[in-house]
Amino acid sequence: MSDLKSRRPLSPHLSIYRFRPTMAMSILHRITGGALYFGTILVVWWLAAAASGPEAYESATSFFGNFLIQIVLIGYTWALIHHALGGIRHFIWDTGHGLSKETSTKFAQATIAGSLAITVLLWLGIWIFA
Amino acid sequence: MRDMRTPLSRVRGKGSAHGGTEHFWQQRLTAISNLVLITIFLFVVISLSTGDYASVRAAFANPVIGVGAALVIVSACVHMRLGMQTIIEDYMHGPAKWPLTIGNVFFACLIAGVGLYAIVKMSFGG
Repeated sequence: MSDLKSRRPLSPHLSIYRFRPTMAMSILHRITGGALYFGTILVVWWLAAAASGPEAYESATSFFGNFLIQIVLIGYTWALIHHALGGIRHFIWDTGHGLSKETSTKFAQATIAGSLAITVLLWLGIWIFA
Repeated sequence: MRDMRTPLSRVRGKGSAHGGTEHFWQQRLTAISNLVLITIFLFVVISLSTGDYASVRAAFANPVIGVGAALVIVSACVHMRLGMQTIIEDYMHGPAKWPLTIGNVFFACLIAGVGLYAIVKMSFGG
């Protein structure tokens, strides 16, 4: 970087703003999107194992049944639900609604509360009925 | 300065990205399809996870599940390629930008290729 360029004044960045729920949900939408991206390896591995035969499927199910992997799967379903709810929020914004300070903060709070609640209900359902 | 270009010529340039609103539109389109397809796929996978191997193969031999799962793979891979491209463009400004951009497309295609192959194999048996 040239000397002149490095002495340019910078516009205010993250550290200068008061932290708000909308900011948290914005970055979480991106983080969950990134997690879902790499998590597709697990989904495709499960499909490939099922296509390969009973032995491969057996080793995949024992891997996914592992306690630590179950925690990863809980996190993965939360990421999916959170990203989906965040996407619905974006669809509402695309129509021009819900952009005010108050409403967007309420949306942000509803997104995190909703994603956690649905994830808990989903896994309770899985453990009760499995 | 007066612009000598016609409005049509300007709009055909599609701005600095040369893709117009195509990225935005594809992202929203696949978001809608993901919302429907992945919700159904999630419950299919959950219900299959408790069953044995034969029930998984029987499910994927069903054309509705086979086609649906293939659509999940295509829709999700297009969506995630666009999303990761945005992340790369936002944070990568150095020489790593282009290898990552190319790698992102290859990763999405690899996931789609393996996923679709597995689904097709289970649909047609063998």
